[in-house]
Amino acid sequence: MSTPSHVAAHVHAPPQGFLRKYIFSTDHKVIGIQYYLLALVAVFVGLVLSLLMRWKLAWPNDPVPWFGDGPMLPEQYLALVTMHGTIMVFFVLTTAPQSGFGNYFLPIQIGAADMAFPVINMLSFWTTFVSFLVMVAAFFVAGGAPISGWTGYAPLSAVGEIAGPGQGLGQTLWIVSIAIFCAASLMGALNFIATTIDLRARGLSLMRMPLTVWAWFITAILALLAFGVLLAAGLLLLLDRIAGTSFFVPGGLVFTDKPVPHQGGSPLLWQHLFWFFGHPEVYIAILPSMGMASHLLSTFSRKPIFGYRAMVYAMGAIGFLGFCVWGHHMFASGMSPYSAMAFSVLTMSIGVPSAIKTFNWIGTLWGGQIRFTTAMLFAIGFVSLFVTGGLSGLFLAQPPVDQPLHDTYFVVAHFHLIMGVAAIFGIFGATYYWFPKMFGRFLNEGLGKLHFWITFAGVYLIFVPMHLMGFFGQPRRYAEGTAVQFLSAMEGPQQFVTIAALVTGLAQLIFLFNFLWSLKWGRKAEAINPWRSTSLEWTIPSPPPHDNFGGRQPVVHHGPYEYSVPGEPEDFIPQDAPPRPAPATGD
Amino acid sequence: MPATVIEELERAAVGTGGRGPARRDGGDGDDARRRAKPPTPRSAYFTGLVLGLAAIFMFFIALASAFVVRKGLGGDWRSFELPGLLWVNTVVLLASSLVVERARRLLRTQPAARFGAWWSTGSLLGIAFLVGQVAAWRQLAAQGIFLATNPASSFFYVFTAAHGVHVLGGLAALGYVAARGAAHQQSTGNLSADLTAGYWHFLGVLWVGLLLLLTFGR
Amino acid sequence: MQTKNRCAGSTTTAFILAFFLVVFTLVTVYLFVSKTWWFPETITPIGHEIDVQTQRTLWLTGIVFVLSQLGLAWVVWRYRNRGERARYSHGNNTLEVLWTLATALAFIGLGVLAQFTWAKIHLAEPEPDAVVIEVLGEQFAWNFRYPGPDGKFGRTRTELINSGAGNPFGIDRSDPAAADDIVVPILNVPVNRPIELRLRAKDVIHSFFVRELRLKQDAVPGLEIPLRFVAERTGDFELVCTELCGMGHQRMRAPFSVKTAAEYEQWLRDELALLQSNP
Ligand code: HEM
Ligand SMILES: [Cu+2]
Ligand SMILES: [Cu+2]
Repeated sequence: MSTPSHVAAHVHAPPQGFLRKYIFSTDHKVIGIQYYLLALVAVFVGLVLSLLMRWKLAWPNDPVPWFGDGPMLPEQYLALVTMHGTIMVFFVLTTAPQSGFGNYFLPIQIGAADMAFPVINMLSFWTTFVSFLVMVAAFFVAGGAPISGWTGYAPLSAVGEIAGPGQGLGQTLWIVSIAIFCAASLMGALNFIATTIDLRARGLSLMRMPLTVWAWFITAILALLAFGVLLAAGLLLLLDRIAGTSFFVPGGLVFTDKPVPHQGGSPLLWQHLFWFFGHPEVYIAILPSMGMASHLLSTFSRKPIFGYRAMVYAMGAIGFLGFCVWGHHMFASGMSPYSAMAFSVLTMSIGVPSAIKTFNWIGTLWGGQIRFTTAMLFAIGFVSLFVTGGLSGLFLAQPPVDQPLHDTYFVVAHFHLIMGVAAIFGIFGATYYWFPKMFGRFLNEGLGKLHFWITFAGVYLIFVPMHLMGFFGQPRRYAEGTAVQFLSAMEGPQQFVTIAALVTGLAQLIFLFNFLWSLKWGRKAEAINPWRSTSLEWTIPSPPPHDNFGGRQPVVHHGPYEYSVPGEPEDFIPQDAPPRPAPATGD
Repeated sequence: MPATVIEELERAAVGTGGRGPARRDGGDGDDARRRAKPPTPRSAYFTGLVLGLAAIFMFFIALASAFVVRKGLGGDWRSFELPGLLWVNTVVLLASSLVVERARRLLRTQPAARFGAWWSTGSLLGIAFLVGQVAAWRQLAAQGIFLATNPASSFFYVFTAAHGVHVLGGLAALGYVAARGAAHQQSTGNLSADLTAGYWHFLGVLWVGLLLLLTFGR
Repeated sequence: MQTKNRCAGSTTTAFILAFFLVVFTLVTVYLFVSKTWWFPETITPIGHEIDVQTQRTLWLTGIVFVLSQLGLAWVVWRYRNRGERARYSHGNNTLEVLWTLATALAFIGLGVLAQFTWAKIHLAEPEPDAVVIEVLGEQFAWNFRYPGPDGKFGRTRTELINSGAGNPFGIDRSDPAAADDIVVPILNVPVNRPIELRLRAKDVIHSFFVRELRLKQDAVPGLEIPLRFVAERTGDFELVCTELCGMGHQRMRAPFSVKTAAEYEQWLRDELALLQSNP
């Protein structure tokens, strides 16, 4: 920390007036909630899109609600696929766990009054918001939303309307939205890192940071390095579309019988740039949930994290290796077979730190006294999902084994479990855990458990069959299986999955109801530390005052997970409790 | 039944574990809750600057690797003579950096005589750089070399434009510092002058890197 | 302080959760062991190798899957809150090192093993006597070009591309080598002969996938990508597109047949005759 004589002159006085307090607020807590609510809207939009897709897949020739009297058209289906994937990845998985919870709790958990740059923080949220509006606008322009998937492969995404409906203005808006999102994420990442480096409370050494803070910190580093690359790629793609350049579009292309005037570009170049961002992005989605799940597992088993250091190193290794494995998305792309080998072995190695984390989570539970709160149930569910989703990655990481499975439902099952559902479970767990701190009231535990059981069973019923459908050869991004003969055998499983998805989807209304109801009528969180947790947010009122610690400067004396320390009267030691004289056994 | 765990935990917490009195009201009413936040330490601004530069660097690294890959595809790549004016512009930009640096150092003495003059000169040189870049564009355009003419020219325009946009941002920052004056700087530990100068030097170095890439990678 | 009530609540939840995990594990294992839905039998030697490597991976991941999920079920049940004090432990470095080494060995070992199969598919020397066929993907159809009796593909020109008029390749029929080039919408290959497909695309990326071959390869505009195999068994199969290529992606299929040498030669002769009867 710097000496007081060198501080800047800005003092962040508490804001007055509704607009400054709740809309254009620079308070990290308000911004965190704004991000969370944005993600909540986005996740329900994305969910509805996915259910419409599922409906079409199960009953391809029947009308789908809101899609007229005839069957849904394939291009409409593909527009749904694209928007579903994009909205979920960017506006839910990148937004809620990192920008939402991270914004709210990172400063508090490190004992700071706010982020390092509150104004940039506010800008970052509103930029994200604009990005979301631009993305959704793609639905309402001529030609509709783009149909090239969330990966936007060139040349499909690069040549305009000629490639299909939605590839005109819709695709342009998609690229613009993503570019805006990149800028927003860079601002956010910068803030997170600087805050963690410079604003930690006295005594809070790196190795005393809660794993949540580590996760947000590493995620922010990934985001800082990855989003600039996506921005560059998006810029080049946009130029190919509107300025007639040829970065990604090769020469001699003929659509139906119309040639397009490009020459010499490389479709694989787009894939390299995209996945150089895209693979770190999947860790950006999952790392915060790893951190939050670790935090919950320790808290509710009343045990220190098993292998804290190993957990930190594993996250670091995942972050680093995450930049070295992007080619595993391109084994079938025509990339050099030698590169494929290197990417393959590197990818197999990234399985190691992931496995280490799993073992440590189980080790944390081992010997614990598990309290099955809803938050804990979601954290345990997270571990189970992470194992299931991670193991399928070992198939996809080996080029020959990947060959038949690539771009089938096996991949869909893999990435949904590992990055979609596992991350969502982390978010749910964190919501049940932190809601009382954020809003001063509890979510209803009964509804919470109902929500958990249906969701946990539901996601496995949806995605386990998809692995086998992939092993049957069901290609992904197919609007229907009616044209391909062997796919007639997939009719039954498609319907089964759709029914499971409809039930699971409906069950999310329980959560929505619980959330809204509890805001107003939930049981009051009387105690400031109802879960008897150790981290700093549980030493301040719920919700916390404007400057978090009410003028106090917390000093940290303990590691983050001092549960059930022998000889202590309580089974937890808050991080800022006075130092204990005798045996400091902690590592 | 389902809520029992919480209730138990909470009872325990209220009894022993929890600290401080239970809060009654959730509004922002009472004054203790509305204390101003402490300022951000100076070190955080420099961390932020370095991080921002890292992000910008990654952006240009991505473009540069696209350049190398695209060029490697051979075939349609037609190199063209870079306008000699670019070298003049480079000198102007580096000179601007030096002048701004000199101005920044002047701030260390009280009172900072002639800070304004030096700093503004540096800023004007920055503007001159941009004008020069546009002139170089116009020279190329006069030869019929446009953005979409050829991948070589596409990259040239992308690099110069992307760098130029960052220079515009830098000029805005330079202008801000100039407008607030030396006294303001000195009363704030020279924070914005130091940050702006750091950013400005980075843009100079970045430009030299890009120019070398364009020259030798052509 | 520890009431009966809390323990009872814990016990029920722990039981349901552990039970759920066990049932889920068993059902999943059953589905994978019985191969409820699975690829049809492969028709190539390389397909067999891929299947073997897949099977190895199934074993390894299966063991880890069962141990982890059942382990999770076990700790959930065994360490439910019983009103005692949790064990105070920060971990065990020996264990960390052990399981790091064990997984590294298993995962990376498996990964290295896979590369041998991969090398056979993509790094083998081309067979000089291979049957060479051009495959061209377009929105939304597959086209195949056979060189005809002269064994040479004739010249093509972009300006001549006209799928409507039956010339998706843009073949320049004025080139003598092009006169006998056969263009068809179905893929026929002879059994037990090395085949070399040359994948190209006319507009966007498509992907060549035949389940029985266990091969998948993108056809990328601007590139020509070879794909080699030997089919050991005759039969009729389906080729589908597995790279999102636009609104007709899901109907971009073509019949794929492996024929006996005699049938194959006969089919080529018929096609040639057809070509020469209406040039
Ligand atoms: C009930 C929940 C969900 C259901 C039923 C569902 C269903 C689907 C379906 C049917 C597809 C299209 C598969 C294809 O044809 O290729 C898909 C794609 C996708 N989903 Fe989900 N999904 C759900 C939740 C999520 C979540 C939470 C995420 C967050 C990561 C997510 C991310 C994606 C992505 C990235 C794609 C790929 C989109 C693309 O191909 O461009 N999904 N989903
Ligand atoms: Cu990846
Ligand atoms: Cu296709």
